[in-house]
Amino acid sequence: MKRVCCGRPVFFVKPESGMNRKIMNIYVCVKHVPDSAATITVEGGTGINEKITFLLNPYDEHAVTEAARIKTGLPDAEVVAVCLGKPTAETTLRAAMAMGADRGILIETDRPQDSIFTALALAAAIQSDGRPWIIFTGKESIDSEGMQTQFRLAENLSLPVATNVIKVDIDGDGVRVESEREAGTIDVIRMTAPCVIGAGKGLNTPNYPTFPDIVKSRKKPVRRIGLADLAIESPAAGMQIQELVPAVEQRTPRALTGSAADIAAQIVDILKNEAKVI
Amino acid sequence: MNSIGLLIEFNDGRVKEANFGMATAARGENRNLVALVADGPAEDAQAVLEAYGVARIVNIRSGNRSWDPARQAAAVAAAMQKLEIDSLIGLTSPSGRELLPRIAARLGAPLIMDCIDIDLEAHRVRTSQYSGKTIATIALTGSHFIYGMRANVVPALKEPAEAEIIDFSFDGYQDTGYEVIETRTDGSGAHYLAEADIIISGGRGLKRAENFKLLFDCARHMNASVGASRVAVDNGWVPYAMQVGQTGVKVNPKVYMAVGISGSVQHFAGMKTARMIIAINTDENAAIMANCDYFAVGDLFEILPELEKALAAAKRSKEVA
Ligand SMILES: Cc1cc2nc3c(=O)[nH]c(=O)nc-3n(C[C@H](O)[C@H](O)[C@H](O)COP(=O)(O)OP(=O)(O)OC[C@H]3O[C@@H](n4cnc5c(N)ncnc54)[C@H](O)[C@@H]3O)c2cc1C
Ligand SMILES: Nc1ncnc2c1ncn2[C@@H]1O[C@H](COP(=O)(O)O)[C@@H](O)[C@H]1O
Repeated sequence: MKRVCCGRPVFFVKPESGMNRKIMNIYVCVKHVPDSAATITVEGGTGINEKITFLLNPYDEHAVTEAARIKTGLPDAEVVAVCLGKPTAETTLRAAMAMGADRGILIETDRPQDSIFTALALAAAIQSDGRPWIIFTGKESIDSEGMQTQFRLAENLSLPVATNVIKVDIDGDGVRVESEREAGTIDVIRMTAPCVIGAGKGLNTPNYPTFPDIVKSRKKPVRRIGLADLAIESPAAGMQIQELVPAVEQRTPRALTGSAADIAAQIVDILKNEAKVI
Repeated sequence: MNSIGLLIEFNDGRVKEANFGMATAARGENRNLVALVADGPAEDAQAVLEAYGVARIVNIRSGNRSWDPARQAAAVAAAMQKLEIDSLIGLTSPSGRELLPRIAARLGAPLIMDCIDIDLEAHRVRTSQYSGKTIATIALTGSHFIYGMRANVVPALKEPAEAEIIDFSFDGYQDTGYEVIETRTDGSGAHYLAEADIIISGGRGLKRAENFKLLFDCARHMNASVGASRVAVDNGWVPYAMQVGQTGVKVNPKVYMAVGISGSVQHFAGMKTARMIIAINTDENAAIMANCDYFAVGDLFEILPELEKALAAAKRSKEVA
């Protein structure tokens, strides 16, 4: 099958659908991101000082947990965590394996990549590894906040995709998912497998690993793939960071004092005369 | 002339306010604003879109009977190709989060969501990264460019134009194994937080689900939306959709009121761009008190009832005047 991606033809073989679960894997894309509580220091104009704690992206924790839950009903399925990252990202794959993934794939890169390239690399690595049945991602990554890798990955593989998913049920040859579109609005979606699912926070409570899980995860295999091995044609489109600067905070707090009624009156005055919103 | 597409959204049959700021940001010399209305009331929207400088309205019929983002995105991408629109701006809203990445993926186009600044000539944007701790300037390359704008970053200014309506029927859709079976709403009619002008949020200090009524009562009088910290959500006091922060909604209101919220890094990640922050907290050393515009050291259970009264009075006097 031939399709044009980013202006150039790329070749992908669409996985055959079918129910032979022996060779149907559940893939989970996991990103290695700075701890949200870490202090971010800009370095070299476009990057950050990486001597801080990195973790499994919080939404990807929900994705791994759900993959492990689905696997319990399908004894032959394998849960494979896939990450595009620097060699240090192995710790994130280990974390995913401690939470229930059976093995990991680390696509090694020496620098951050944009979502267009990332989705090509993830698609190529998954296809070279086996036949996906469900591919999980998170709904977004908390470092680059791209909100798009799952859609590009699905497009590269010609698969259906739903995002911000808060419920997954296996339904015949596919899945039925609930996607939270906005406050109080849920779309119930049926997708044929293989498909891509972007996990939302409401999906589950992450499986935080116990000490034995962590010990076991150290023995699970991680396959390292170089970008050259995937022979990805460099895409014609891209997104490149030209400058990164710390966000400035320049608020000067002023106190509102007096009785509760005085404070309320001052707030109303501010809303009316300064903010001009009421 | 350069055609700039605007992905128009509706709320109860009316064009969303946030689209007007988007149109204002998109205007410029040698630019032709093209409003893309997918399965919406294009004719009803004509007058109001003209008021904000739109020169063409494309009435896209994707063949959807109801909401189906896969089909709608395919229709919009096809319209962009047919009408040679190479740049598209939409909102980083619930439907924007579904449609814009699908359109970008189909066109193999770069996309940046949640832009706070867009340079349509240089194809360069600014957006926050690392939970709002940094601002990145990003250059896009490609043959099409898709931008998701953060709501309210550019104030809406009128500039009248005359617009023609073009019909575009899309019939090239191939089944992709994706089907929206039903859409459920819980009837709360929750005002979408990310586009709200005023937000009043509560945290652990509210102590119980029932006490959120204090916030809803104040919100009603000032047409505000109610948000929450993660603690309030994790305790089951309010639904997750109300969570503001790094793992919740990112908001950009004119005024953000944080009530009984300490101001953790993760909460700030979702609201630090608010134009004004007002904090109410018993603890003068809470982080939020050092990073806001106004703070009141006091008990929310005493201040909120007074605030409700004062807001109600202000609203009445405005109605009389
Ligand atoms: C990966 C990750 C992601 C996270 N994402 C988010 C997120 O998206 N959003 C989020 O909010 N948090 C998030 N958190 C949690 C965050 O770290 C904090 O735990 C949380 O924001 C604290 O909520 P809070 O301010 O309501 O509670 P607390 O920190 O306990 O603060 C409660 C405040 O209420 C005040 N108070 C108590 N009683 C009263 C009273 N009667 N009157 C007035 N004030 C009173 C107290 O002085 C205190 O300052 C995340 C954490 C992690 C690790
Ligand atoms: N480098 C990466 N390696 C593995 N998965 C990734 C990577 N980047 C993004 N993803 C996946 O795509 C999701 C959405 O990311 P983003 O588009 O950056 O918001 C994440 O939650 C991950 O599941």
